[in-house]
Amino acid sequence: MKKKSVSAILAATMIVTMLAGCGSAKDGAQATGSDAVKDDAGQETGTSVEAETETESEEGQVLNIYCWNEEFKSRITDHYPGYEEVDGTTGAIGDITVKWNITPSKDNAYQNNLDEALLKQADAAADEKIDIFLVEADYALKYVDTDYAMKIADLGITDADLANQYQYTKEIVTDSKGDLKGVSWQGCPGLLVYRRDIAKEVLGTDDPNEVQKAVADWETFQKTAGLMADKGYHITSSAVDTYRTFSNNVTSKWVEDGKLNIDDNIMNWVTLSKEMVDAGQTGTYELWSDDWSKGFYPDGNVFCYFGPAWFVDFSMAADTQGSIASQGGWAATEGPQSYFWGGTWICATAGTDNQSLVKDIMLKLTTDEEIMTDIVVADNDFVNNVPAMEKMAADASKASKVLGGQNPLPKYCAGVGNIVMNSSSIYDQGCNEEFQTAMNNYFDGNATLEEALELFYKGVTEKYPEISIPEQ
Amino acid sequence: MRGTGKSKVMRYRKWGYIFLLPFVLVYIGFSLIPLITTVYNSFFENYRSGLTQVGPNFIGLRNFKAIFSDGDIWIYAKNTLIMWVLGFVPQILVSLLLGAWFSNPRLRLKGAGFFKTVIYLPNLIMASAFAMLFFTLFSDGGPINSLLMQLGIFKEPYQFLSNVWSTRGLVAFMNFIMWFGNTTILLMAGMMGVDTSLFEAAEVDGATSTQVFYRITLPLLRPILVYVLITSLIGGLQMFDVPQVLTNGSGDPVRSSMTLIMFLNKQLFSKNYGLGGALSVVLFVLTGILSLVVYRISNTKEKER
Amino acid sequence: MKKENTRKLKNGVSLGVRRGIAYTVLVLITFLCLFWFYVLLINATRSNGDLKAGFSPFPGVHLYDNWKNLLAGTLPVWTGMINSLMVSTLCAVFSTYFSTMTAYAIHAYEFKMKKFMFTFILMVMAIPTQVTALGFVQLVARMNLEDSFLPLIVPTIAAPVTFFYMKQYMDSTLPLSLIEAARIDGAGEFRVFNIIVVPMMKPAIAVQAIFTFVSSWNNYFVPALILHDEKKKTLPILIAQLRSADFLKFDMGQVYMMIAFSIFPVILVYLFLSRFIVQGVALGSVKG
Repeated sequence: MKKKSVSAILAATMIVTMLAGCGSAKDGAQATGSDAVKDDAGQETGTSVEAETETESEEGQVLNIYCWNEEFKSRITDHYPGYEEVDGTTGAIGDITVKWNITPSKDNAYQNNLDEALLKQADAAADEKIDIFLVEADYALKYVDTDYAMKIADLGITDADLANQYQYTKEIVTDSKGDLKGVSWQGCPGLLVYRRDIAKEVLGTDDPNEVQKAVADWETFQKTAGLMADKGYHITSSAVDTYRTFSNNVTSKWVEDGKLNIDDNIMNWVTLSKEMVDAGQTGTYELWSDDWSKGFYPDGNVFCYFGPAWFVDFSMAADTQGSIASQGGWAATEGPQSYFWGGTWICATAGTDNQSLVKDIMLKLTTDEEIMTDIVVADNDFVNNVPAMEKMAADASKASKVLGGQNPLPKYCAGVGNIVMNSSSIYDQGCNEEFQTAMNNYFDGNATLEEALELFYKGVTEKYPEISIPEQ
Repeated sequence: MRGTGKSKVMRYRKWGYIFLLPFVLVYIGFSLIPLITTVYNSFFENYRSGLTQVGPNFIGLRNFKAIFSDGDIWIYAKNTLIMWVLGFVPQILVSLLLGAWFSNPRLRLKGAGFFKTVIYLPNLIMASAFAMLFFTLFSDGGPINSLLMQLGIFKEPYQFLSNVWSTRGLVAFMNFIMWFGNTTILLMAGMMGVDTSLFEAAEVDGATSTQVFYRITLPLLRPILVYVLITSLIGGLQMFDVPQVLTNGSGDPVRSSMTLIMFLNKQLFSKNYGLGGALSVVLFVLTGILSLVVYRISNTKEKER
Repeated sequence: MKKENTRKLKNGVSLGVRRGIAYTVLVLITFLCLFWFYVLLINATRSNGDLKAGFSPFPGVHLYDNWKNLLAGTLPVWTGMINSLMVSTLCAVFSTYFSTMTAYAIHAYEFKMKKFMFTFILMVMAIPTQVTALGFVQLVARMNLEDSFLPLIVPTIAAPVTFFYMKQYMDSTLPLSLIEAARIDGAGEFRVFNIIVVPMMKPAIAVQAIFTFVSSWNNYFVPALILHDEKKKTLPILIAQLRSADFLKFDMGQVYMMIAFSIFPVILVYLFLSRFIVQGVALGSVKG
C-alpha cells in the first residue's frame, strides 16, 4: 500500500516535470532517486536468505558502525591491523566492508538515529544490521540495559581478557542484571588543574602535594576559595566545573522505584555553589563558553579547572601564544574527590552477523597492551589498561609541557581506582543536564531554590514522562 | 472584474483541477499523512522511555487536559507573543520606512540598489552561526560589555543572558536583524507591480510624501501587507530556532524566553507523540483561527473600498 | 499662492533634512547587516586558540591554515557543497513553479472546490512543522527514501506559504483580461501559464526562489535525520559534525571557515536573483 502510493507520487511528479519541460538537472535527480529505491529493493531480496541462515562461521560482508564523530574511526584506521580506508565513510578489513554511519550528537541527532535503527534491527537485512555502536557514559545504560546490546561474554570475551581494564569503565556499561555489555579503550580520570603562579602567591607553594592540602575536601576547598577571592581570583571559572566531581560520588540513583530522587551529594553541590557564587568566588558560565575559557589566559584570573588528560592536553589552549598552558603554568593534583570526564564505549549489537570480527576489534583495541601503548604514544589518549598506564606513570620522560614538567600520570592512576560508578540510571543524561540548567537560575538569583527545583522537575517530566515527582 | 460567461467557466473548470493536482498529490503524500497521525496520536499515550515504547494507549482527552491544567502553556504563549511583538514592530516599521523611501521619486536616494541588496544579507547566515556570534559579542568579557564599561554605563559586565528582558530583547533583536530584509523585499516586490507614473502624477499634483505613502503606496501594497502580517504572525507563533540556540534550548532565565514551539520541541526528546500531538493540535487551531481572522478582516476592508 | 509657496519652502527644507535622515538610517542599517559577515570572515582567519581567547576586531593570520585543515579533514566539503546546491536549487525551482501553478489554479479558474481549497491551504499553512517532522521522517523511512534527496525536494511542491504569496501577488498584478486575450489568440492553458503567467510573475518568483533556496540551504533538522551517507550530506550537517568533533580535532577556526565557505554560494545566488527584485520600480510596470 505504502509502496504503491510512493510510486504514484513519483510517477505523478515525473509526468509533471516532463510536461513542464524543465532543465536536465531535475531529470538527473529523479533518476538517482528511483535508482536508490531500486538498489535498496535489490539488496533486500538478495540478502534475506542469508539473514535466516546466519551462523557463527558465516561472517557478514558488511560491518556497520554507528558513531557520532571520527575519533573511533581514526583509532581503527591507525591501530587496527589490516584496516584499509576506502573513503570518508567506508573501509575494508580483509574482504569485509566497514561502513561508518556518523551522525553528529548535536540536538540528540545521534541517539534519534541510533534508536530508529536499533528498533528496526530485527527486520533489517543482514548487511544492514548495526554491528557496533558507540555510547557515552551519560546515556550508556539507556542502550546497555536493553537486549539490543550483546553481553560481552557472549562474544567469547572472558573476564580474564578484561582484567587490566579500570573497574569504573566496566561499571558504567554493566546492566541491571550485572552483565557487562560494552568495553572502552579509554580511561578518563580527572584531576584538579591549578595555576602555579596563583598557588605560589596565595598558598605560598606550587608543589602538587602541598596544594592538595588546600583542596583536600570541599570544606578546605571553600576556605581556599575565600583566600583566592581576597586576592581577586576566582577559584573555578564556573559553578558547573565542580558538578561532575559531585555527581560521580553519589550513593543513590537519579530515579529510584520510578520516583525522581536527588542525591544528598548533588544537593551539597548546590549549597556549596550557591555560597561560592554569592561570595563572588566563581561564575555561572556555561561549559565551553568564551567566558568560561577566559581562565586559560593570565587575565582570566581563574585558579583551577577540573579535567582529565584529554582536557589538559587538548582543550586548555596549549598551542596559543600567551595562554597559561603554553607557558607550562599549570600543575595537577587529585582535588577533593575522584571523578572522570568523557570516554567512549564500544557495544556489540544483538543480531550482528560479524561476531568474530567485532570480538577481535574489541580485544585488539581495549585489551592488547601493545596496541594500547601505541595509542598513548600516537594520540595521547589515557588508555584503559592498568599495566600500560602504570609503566608510563613511572616513566619520568612522560613530563607534560602544559603542567610545567610534571608527570601527572601517577596522580591520574591514583585517582582512577577510587571512582565508583554503580549508581547510574538510564536517565542520567537528561537529569544531569536539566539539573544544571535549572540550578543556574538559582545561582544567578533569578529563582529561589524551590522554584529552581520546580523547573528541574518540569524539565525531567518533559524528557521522561514516566518518572513521578516526589511530593513536596 | 470576473466577467467571464458561464459556459467558459465550465470549459475551463477542469484546468483548475489539473493545475491543483501536483499540490494535492504531494501534500497528501508527504504532509497529510504525518498530519493525520499527529492528530490521531493526540488521543493516545504514546512515548518512548529509552528504547522501550510506551503505548499507544487510548486516553481520550487526557493529553489536552494535561496541557491546560498547569497553565504553563499560557506563559509560553505570552513569551512568544512578547518576543514576536518586540521584533515585529520595529521590523514592519523599518520595512515600511525603507519601502517608502525607495519608492519616493523625490528623495532620489543614491545607491538605492546597494542598500536594497544589503538588507536581506543577514538572513543568509544560519541561525546557529548567528547565535555563535551573539554569544561571543554579548559575553561577559565580550566587546559589547567592554564598550559599555568603557563608556561608563556599567561598572560590572552586564550578564545579558541571565536577565529576563535583555534575553528577550536579544531574541527580538536577532529576529529583527534576520527578518526585516525579508519583509522589505516582499514589500518592494509588491511595489514593482505599482506603476511609477502614479507616483509621478501625484508629484505633479503636489501631493506630499506622506500623502503619497498613505494614499498610493499603502493601498496598493495591501495584499502583500496582508501576506506579511499573516505569515509573520504564523512565523512568530512558530518562533523557535533563534531563542532555542540563544538559550541552548532552556528558554532561561526561568523559562521566560521559552516559546510554544520550544516547549513542543521538548516533547520530541521522549518522542512523546501523544502530548506533542495534542500540543500541535492546540497550536494549529490557535494559529488557524488567528490567521483566518486577520485574513477576513483585511479582505472585507478591501471590498468596502 | 501664498499657501503654495510656504509648502514649497517647507518641502525644500525638509527634503534635504529627510534625505540626511534617510542616509543616516541607511548607513546604520547597512552596518547592522554587514557587521556579522565581517565578524564571520575575521573569525575564519583566526585559530582555535585565538578564538577561545575572545573577540577581536582584527583579522588573524590563520586563514590559509584553517582552509588547509578543513580540506585535509575527512569531511567531504566539496560534495557537501554540490549536494546543498542541488537540493536547494531544485527546491527553489519546484517550490516556485508549482506554487505559481497552484495559485494560478485558484486565481484564474472557477470551480466547486476552489473556496474549500483556498481555505484549506490557508489553514495548513498554520501547522507547526516540528512534531509533524518526526512523523515525516518515519514516513520517509517506511517509503525507503532515506539517504535520498527526494524527500527533501518533492515536498516543496506543496508549499502553502509560497502559494499564499503567489496568490496575493497575482491579486495585485495579474488581470484576468490578459489571460482572456491570450486564450482568444488560441493558446492552450498550459501555454498561457508557461508563456504569459510565469514571466509576469518573475519578481514574485525571484523573491520566493531566494527564500526557498536560503531556507533549504540552511535547513538542518530534517536533513540530519534523513541523510546519513557521507556522500549525500548537505553543508549544515557537515558543520554540525565539525562542531561536535572530538576534542582532538575540535577547531573553531575550521568551523568558522566552513561557515564562511558555505555562505559564499548563497550570497552569489542571492545577488543573481536579487537583480530581478532590486532593479527598481520602473521595470515592473505591468499593470498598465
